[in-house]
Amino acid sequence: MSEDYEMMCGIEIHQQLDTKKLFCSCDSRLCDDGQGAYYRRLRPTTSETGEIDRAALAQFQRHLGYRYQCCEGTSCLVELDEEPPHDVNAEAMQTALTFSEMLDANIIDEIHFMRKIVVDGSNTSGFQRTALIATDGFVDVGDRKVSILSVCLEEDACRKVESKGDEILYRTDRLGIPLIEVATGPDMRTPEEVMEVAFRLGTLLRATKKVKRGIGTIRQDLNISIPGGARIELKGVGDLKMIPDYVRNEVNRQKMLIRIKQILNDRGVTPVEFEPVDVTEVFATCESKVIKGALDEKGKVIAVRLPGFAGVMNGDNKTLRLGSEMAGRARTRGVKGIFHSDELPNYGIEQSYVDSLREFLGMTGENDAFAICAAKEKKAKDALESAVIRANEALVGVPEETRDPLPDGTTKYSRPLPGAARMYPETDVPPTTITDERLQQIRDNMPEFPEQIEKRLVEQYGINAQQARQIVRQSNDELFEKIAQDKAMAPVAATMFLNVFSEMEHDGIDLQVFTDADILGVFDLLRQSRFAKEALPALLREMSTGTSAEDAIKKLGLEAVDAGEAAAIIEKIVNERADFVKSKGMAAIGPLMGPVMGALRGKLDGKQANDLLTEAIKKLLG
Amino acid sequence: MNSMSYSDSLSKTLDSLGITEGTRLTVERDGRTYTGTLMPHHEFSAPDVLILKMKSGYNVGVRITPDTNIQVLDKPVEVSRKEEEVEFRKGLPKLVLIGTGGTIASYVDYRTGAVHPALSTSDMINAVPEIREIANIDATVLFSIFSENMNVENWQKLAQEVADQLNNGADGVIIPHGTDTMGYTAAALSFMLGDVSKPVVLVGAQRSSDRPSSDASSNLMACARFCTKADRAGVYVVMHDTSGDDSFAVHVGSRVRKMHTSRRDAFHSINAAPIAHLDDKGKMEVFSDGPRVTGDKVVAKVDMERSCVLLQYYPGMDPQLFEDVFMRCKGIVISGSGLGHVNENMIPLIKRACDNGTVVVMTSQCLNGRTNLNVYNTGRDILSAGAITVLDMLPETAYVKLMWVLANTSSVDEAKEMMKTPLAGEMSDRRTIDV
Repeated sequence: MSEDYEMMCGIEIHQQLDTKKLFCSCDSRLCDDGQGAYYRRLRPTTSETGEIDRAALAQFQRHLGYRYQCCEGTSCLVELDEEPPHDVNAEAMQTALTFSEMLDANIIDEIHFMRKIVVDGSNTSGFQRTALIATDGFVDVGDRKVSILSVCLEEDACRKVESKGDEILYRTDRLGIPLIEVATGPDMRTPEEVMEVAFRLGTLLRATKKVKRGIGTIRQDLNISIPGGARIELKGVGDLKMIPDYVRNEVNRQKMLIRIKQILNDRGVTPVEFEPVDVTEVFATCESKVIKGALDEKGKVIAVRLPGFAGVMNGDNKTLRLGSEMAGRARTRGVKGIFHSDELPNYGIEQSYVDSLREFLGMTGENDAFAICAAKEKKAKDALESAVIRANEALVGVPEETRDPLPDGTTKYSRPLPGAARMYPETDVPPTTITDERLQQIRDNMPEFPEQIEKRLVEQYGINAQQARQIVRQSNDELFEKIAQDKAMAPVAATMFLNVFSEMEHDGIDLQVFTDADILGVFDLLRQSRFAKEALPALLREMSTGTSAEDAIKKLGLEAVDAGEAAAIIEKIVNERADFVKSKGMAAIGPLMGPVMGALRGKLDGKQANDLLTEAIKKLLG
Repeated sequence: MNSMSYSDSLSKTLDSLGITEGTRLTVERDGRTYTGTLMPHHEFSAPDVLILKMKSGYNVGVRITPDTNIQVLDKPVEVSRKEEEVEFRKGLPKLVLIGTGGTIASYVDYRTGAVHPALSTSDMINAVPEIREIANIDATVLFSIFSENMNVENWQKLAQEVADQLNNGADGVIIPHGTDTMGYTAAALSFMLGDVSKPVVLVGAQRSSDRPSSDASSNLMACARFCTKADRAGVYVVMHDTSGDDSFAVHVGSRVRKMHTSRRDAFHSINAAPIAHLDDKGKMEVFSDGPRVTGDKVVAKVDMERSCVLLQYYPGMDPQLFEDVFMRCKGIVISGSGLGHVNENMIPLIKRACDNGTVVVMTSQCLNGRTNLNVYNTGRDILSAGAITVLDMLPETAYVKLMWVLANTSSVDEAKEMMKTPLAGEMSDRRTIDV
């Protein structure tokens, strides 16, 4: 592998399709409530060699179980694993094939569904049905060709409702919703490029007109690595605009870990033996809230020595942060966190306690460090063991792992990278043979590509190219065309999608709150002159807080005025400034438009206001 | 060598290259290359398609044309499945598993992807290691067939095997069985084993054992718990009582029927209540007094009269189409409408058969409730023609019982009398509102 790049990244996108479910005729939508709680268990099955995954079996023997809620219209016996799957949904299959063609991918001659084993309960069957549809495609982004490794068609999983003791409660409404999974090669080299590719794939998916829209209907996973680093899977990025931040932060995190490795290797640090020490007595009188709290609940303070790790857990001006990585691992064992010597004294633990602890642990070396955890003894030891394992991994470099995105653009440890999936044939679903005739028929009926839509919008509705591009990129083209049936509305809508929306987004307003019906409703009111187009931004802002369009018009006093009323208001303004008008003559129109629009903004169209003002001035001047 | 479902030319190509299932190949066509292990040909696959399992785990079907280049990379690797030695634990009861096949014992071969009808019984026990906590398990495979292929001879062999195992020290017998005809086999064993002194429990699965969500292991566990703790002798069926994996019912073998094509709780006791209920943690409630376990020797009376039929009555049933059947058979069970009726046109044929020495038994396709031919004229005419009724016995149970009764009696009258007498809990004159 050549290393003349700073980073590499591949994207995997999961997009829900707007069809019935993949293997039954249930609706594919989410429900607010679920009924019932059918109890099930998933037993780890024997592998190819007749062996059973011991860890999974241990979990099974601890009696971990799952309960499943059903929802009217969206779950039947197929979701409950009480009936074999029906034939694969033809529309979903057609969409996956069409999308594969859009990527110029090689469609498999005969498509076979597989069972991908998943025993966390999110699939009632214990496996996810998935089929490889096509391989080796590409997508053009700017002047780059990004390779597409695979397009798959698969089922979405259940939604987790809650986790309680030995049981996890799932809702089956989402289970079985068709998903297209598209994976790119690790071809992206800059954070911005990753975002552009994600946008492009999303736009292409929506160009099929068969995909779901809205929160949770599309999920992006990123695979990020840098030279000398490791593959990190970042699961479930929602907001595409955050992608560059996530990528940049991950690249920096890996660089930081490589620096730490260098430092530790230079010091000749060797792997730490996990030797927990009960140091509760050292902290008996400590006023730290965390420690006091744990001791009050009959917990212990446990410590581990970390010879050679001083300064890398939180050092060099907080640019070396192995400590937070260790704490991330520790937290997976159910503790709130750990303290390490780089961050103490702090958190109510005074220097005297740190000194006593050092003495207690017999720490003398220059770079000797420690970590402590205050919790129930077993929990604290488990947490510290995980932390020590993570510390030792730093000697080798960047550990491969799955991480979760956080809203601030950083990520947190989630779990180790899953091993190779165990996949067996789904014998209940017959294979789908793709004939040359079918391929030809798909090629003859390709959907409009985003570029084609943009071009058409410009020609058909007279909007500019920048507006058209933005409308398509936001996948608002269908909505735009509905509004623009009334040609007069086309420029207003185009301005809204390009300028108003981006200003609102810039101010942190979530545009997802608007349904297509909301927007269409606003334009209906505009057509009825219930408010003036100048008031559209204010109206939308008010509506984003949950106010209905009607209420927003009233609340903002946008109720358009009739010509007579407006004329009266303008006349009043003119009369109040009679001296000024008389001195300026008709040239007063310009300066007076300010106060006029101030009084009538949103209630009266600008041109109308100008006409009425001209008239009023003429009248005054006689 | 290769599956018949390939085209002739593809079969020849594969044979000439020495390619069999499990061979690793590279297939190249039109500039595309697929590398993977050859999987068995699916029944519904196109005849010119090879199925390859790729490194990603996905199977793909690749069409082979005259221009396709096939290259063999590796010959199949033999993977031996580990068989664990099972330690005998003193003080635990001994249960014998007699395998017959069916979903409970079927699995996907993970290497080739083929579905096999027979998991070895030791595989089956290994998949439920906790069963060894409550009993020592011996296992033997008698058949490896799906239950739709079970026949009278299989019932006979099975009954004999059960008797032999119980007489050789087994404290109970568990019979993993396909669910389609498990009710029939349970009925056959009920009559053949008579007052068997120990529990004989049939158990099935509606989801095969290779799936994480299989009901096989939990049903087996419930079975073993019932066999070792309930102190009930007789022939029973244990399956899920609800859709959940936490509720199991024990049904009397002559009273149970598969009432759903696919649900886990497909088996219901008809006109009777289950005799026991278990949960997934081992809690058990036994509702009937039932026969207790004793040390008595078990005798299998396996003779059956094969010349018997089970007919479903339907409106417009035409006697001309059935004349041959009625005049040839020694026993006929009709699953009649309502209280046990057929149309008036069929009655003369019933009379001729009865006059000819055939035993004609009327049951009801309602399944639930008792037959009664005294209520309507048609019924009285059917009785006058010589047919008999057997209270609330299931049609399938009546059919199996009739075969057994005809082989174990010497006259028609004796046979009719025995048909009307409960032998294995298969009929009752009392039904309560809660069943």
